[in-house]
Amino acid sequence: MARADTHGLDRDTPVTADPGETPTGTADATMVADLTATPGAAAADVPPELVAQSFGQYVRVWWLRVRSGNSGILPVVLAIVVVAVTFEVITPEHAFLRPSNLVYIFGLSTVYMVLAMAETVVLLLGEIDLSVGAVALFGGVIAFKLVQQPGPAWPWWAAMIVALACCGLIGALQGTVTARLKIPSFIVSLGGFLLFSGILVVILGGADGNVNVSSSAPNQRVIYNLVQGLIGPVASWIALAVVVGAAGTLLWLRAAARRRQGLAAPPISLTVISIALVALVGVAVLIICTVNRGTPLVSVEGVPWVIPIVLVVLGAWTLVLQRTRFGRYVYAIGGNPEAARRAGVSLVGIRTWAFALCSATAGLGGILLGSFFFGEYSTNTADPGQLVLYSVAAAVIGGVSLFGGRGKAIHGVLGGLLIGGIAYGVSLLNLGELATPLEYILPGGVLLAAVLVDVLSRRGTGSVTRV
Amino acid sequence: MTETNEILGGPGPGGDGFEPLLRLRGIDKHFGPVQALYGVNLDLPAGQVTGLCGDNGAGKSVLTRCIAGVHQPDHGQINFEGRPVHIRSTRDASALGIETVYQDLALADNLDIVQNMFLGRERLRRGLLDEDSMEQEAAETLSTLRVTTVRSIRQPVASLSGGQRQAVAVAKAVMWNSKVVLLDEPTAALGVVQTRIVLDLVERLRDRGLAVMVISHNLNDVFEVADRIAVLHLGRMVAEGPVADFDRQSVVEYMTTGSSSGRPFQPAGSANGEG
Repeated sequence: MARADTHGLDRDTPVTADPGETPTGTADATMVADLTATPGAAAADVPPELVAQSFGQYVRVWWLRVRSGNSGILPVVLAIVVVAVTFEVITPEHAFLRPSNLVYIFGLSTVYMVLAMAETVVLLLGEIDLSVGAVALFGGVIAFKLVQQPGPAWPWWAAMIVALACCGLIGALQGTVTARLKIPSFIVSLGGFLLFSGILVVILGGADGNVNVSSSAPNQRVIYNLVQGLIGPVASWIALAVVVGAAGTLLWLRAAARRRQGLAAPPISLTVISIALVALVGVAVLIICTVNRGTPLVSVEGVPWVIPIVLVVLGAWTLVLQRTRFGRYVYAIGGNPEAARRAGVSLVGIRTWAFALCSATAGLGGILLGSFFFGEYSTNTADPGQLVLYSVAAAVIGGVSLFGGRGKAIHGVLGGLLIGGIAYGVSLLNLGELATPLEYILPGGVLLAAVLVDVLSRRGTGSVTRV
Repeated sequence: MTETNEILGGPGPGGDGFEPLLRLRGIDKHFGPVQALYGVNLDLPAGQVTGLCGDNGAGKSVLTRCIAGVHQPDHGQINFEGRPVHIRSTRDASALGIETVYQDLALADNLDIVQNMFLGRERLRRGLLDEDSMEQEAAETLSTLRVTTVRSIRQPVASLSGGQRQAVAVAKAVMWNSKVVLLDEPTAALGVVQTRIVLDLVERLRDRGLAVMVISHNLNDVFEVADRIAVLHLGRMVAEGPVADFDRQSVVEYMTTGSSSGRPFQPAGSANGEG
């Protein structure tokens, strides 16, 4: 009876605030906030572009987030700067930052970038694919074999499509086994790694076998040029202008659309600054690439084809992961598989597709690797073990969580650049016998540091709910 | 007192007092040799909160899962809006407008509030996720439920407090024009303030004309929000009626012994405990 009396009073009283609660990780935050995110309520756990109304606020919120462990791409960018400066100082004749070396590093890194993006989608699920290296090389060798003359002499595009499809099938198979039989992906892909490492040697024709493509055969030229081919300076500048213009328009229109609909949108100054940053990075890369880095007799200048190729892969993966249902489900499964299952997501389907797409992307990386080694594939240039270690390392160093659910394609790209920089920097040092061990030890150390950051930041957000 | 609730029942089908939105009759369920439910009857009227009480192992969860489509009853009939229905899967339940908020919430920590609320039912525009329209609708739902303590609906669920998470889970359940919401231990593991938020939310669901069932051990919470109380004891519904027919003492006795003061439940409202 008494219930009704007290009750009629507060039934219509809205809950405005709950003064007693403190969101995890933020002690300084004010409690009362509106759905539309009051500007003063800076919190370490909210994406800064959604609460900041001005650029100054954005920087403050961003810094809060960094301090609370949600640092995004900052650590890897800093690491890239540190690596660049260090190697520039310690390499003989301070050669590390020469345009010719930088372009070489871009070429080398693109292989790790593509493999790291491939690995990212599987890591996001909370799984791991140890076979990316072997599958990548398998795909590369298939593509190279199919364009051989005399031999199948397929057109380059058909060879590449078939190679990527083969890799995709392998991935789908491993994904199905992992998802349906509930065998840890670690074991399944370890088996795949050994299996395809062996098959690779057989296809290559023994331990010292090799397969080549050259720039003279018409159906091989494109594959040879994937990394080796150059886009002339004029065409490069035009392409950059188009890309920056398109990206800028897209960013601007999206922010404008959100503002129009009354949703929280990044401040205009931030949009302008991010467009400017994109342009700045583009211009810097272009300047590096268009410096004549040849000999006095032969001029070598221009942007390697592989840079736009990697950008396309990056764009595609970003689109798939951020703007499609598939991508959303990948994150959901990585965050809480049970929640995804209850929401009607097919765990088996999404996992299988993720592994398939991972392996297909890896296949592209394998083709790029062959092109990077001047169109030659041999058992010496191709070490599947090192490739897989580097690609997992690149993804994790870039900021993809090993525990699933966190990370983006761009992290794989930045991590790949860091790994490529370290690998090449070590080889520049003329260390002789020490070079090979260091090529493992340095990325290993960086990887351990990255995993440490990953674990600590997860602890910071208190979100270790693994099902 | 029931008058008060009728008035607050608001617009919609809340007024038809004689036919409850969901009516269960003679539900039996066994798992192997274990009989979990014996001929359970239960009414969930629209615009009212029904508190389902019972000791551990009384069959609360099994009954909930039978309604949610996780289990199928062996015998018995379920009427929804007066029609007999068969709920064979959780999808069937969702299609009818029956949503369940489980104890472990089923939210993905790494996704933000909007992404969680639309998980599995994302809106697409030209093949891509239509984030803006989803965000608007999520904001609208949260504000009609007056869940205003979150800073931004784009913050990851990991950064929310327990009460906020529960609120998001409930909002997710009611966003799909659901008519029946089953809440499994909504206040377990919550502090006082957080519990307040969730209970207020439950009342708001009732005011929107939904049939709400709250499964809870906590009699304080049950007496605070429930219009009706149903008590399970060893798989049998031993008492069911308006909250006025109960007091704490009698509910505890029904939960533990299946009867109160040695007598079984009298539904006429006469079994008013002496206190």
